[in-house]
Amino acid sequence: MSLRSPLGRVLGLGTAKDGTSHWWGQRVSAIALLILGIWFAFLLATMSGFSHSEAVAAIGRPINSVLLLLLSATLGYHSYLGIQVVIEDYVHAPGLKMLTLLISRFAHVALVAAAVFAVLKIGLNA
Amino acid sequence: MSNDDRPLSPHISIYRWPITMVLSILHRITGIALSVGLVVLVTWLFDAASGPEAYSVFMAVMDSVIGKLMLIAWSLAFFYHLSNGARHLVWDSGRGLEKSSANLSSWLVLAATVALTAVFWWAAS
Repeated sequence: MSLRSPLGRVLGLGTAKDGTSHWWGQRVSAIALLILGIWFAFLLATMSGFSHSEAVAAIGRPINSVLLLLLSATLGYHSYLGIQVVIEDYVHAPGLKMLTLLISRFAHVALVAAAVFAVLKIGLNA
Repeated sequence: MSNDDRPLSPHISIYRWPITMVLSILHRITGIALSVGLVVLVTWLFDAASGPEAYSVFMAVMDSVIGKLMLIAWSLAFFYHLSNGARHLVWDSGRGLEKSSANLSSWLVLAATVALTAVFWWAAS
């Protein structure tokens, strides 16, 4: 006999209320990062140089701008999910855990915002 | 009431580490290192957008000995996390979980890490 409500069974979210979304988010972003990560390593390895003008030219190429936007957002998301698990594993005091999760979340959103703004500024100026 | 002299179950300092255990903790350590690397990547993009002066400060830090060593460490961490992450995706499909194949793929991941990092720096030079 199950005490779970019919609605709870259908939603299938368990006691943590978010079901398998964390697991799936980590896997889907991992697959995206396999592609984007190898592309980025390729971009860095084949850049003619790292002077300011060469960096701006590389970042501003439309195809690179789009892929850098995707890379930054996916990296920020994947990194947030990973750091979240590390915090949940090692920080046990409820208040401190909430605080570090909040700081991690704000920091990751801020990082992605900075990356998106920088890539757009360079890309739209070029 | 003190429990200090009660016996404890053996923990990680007691066991001889199997290779899979080493790679498991390395995945988490490299993941944390790469999160720090994300800050550096965003700083690179942001300083490039800010202009030549901010960018030259960033490049000066990266061109120092410590900066170069950090870049090599990050490239190793990146290719390790990528290779071992691919192995995790294979495991998620239910394949390769037997002890013998997990041990073998551990060494494959380490070999791929060294090879990819070497190819990266060879192509970059």
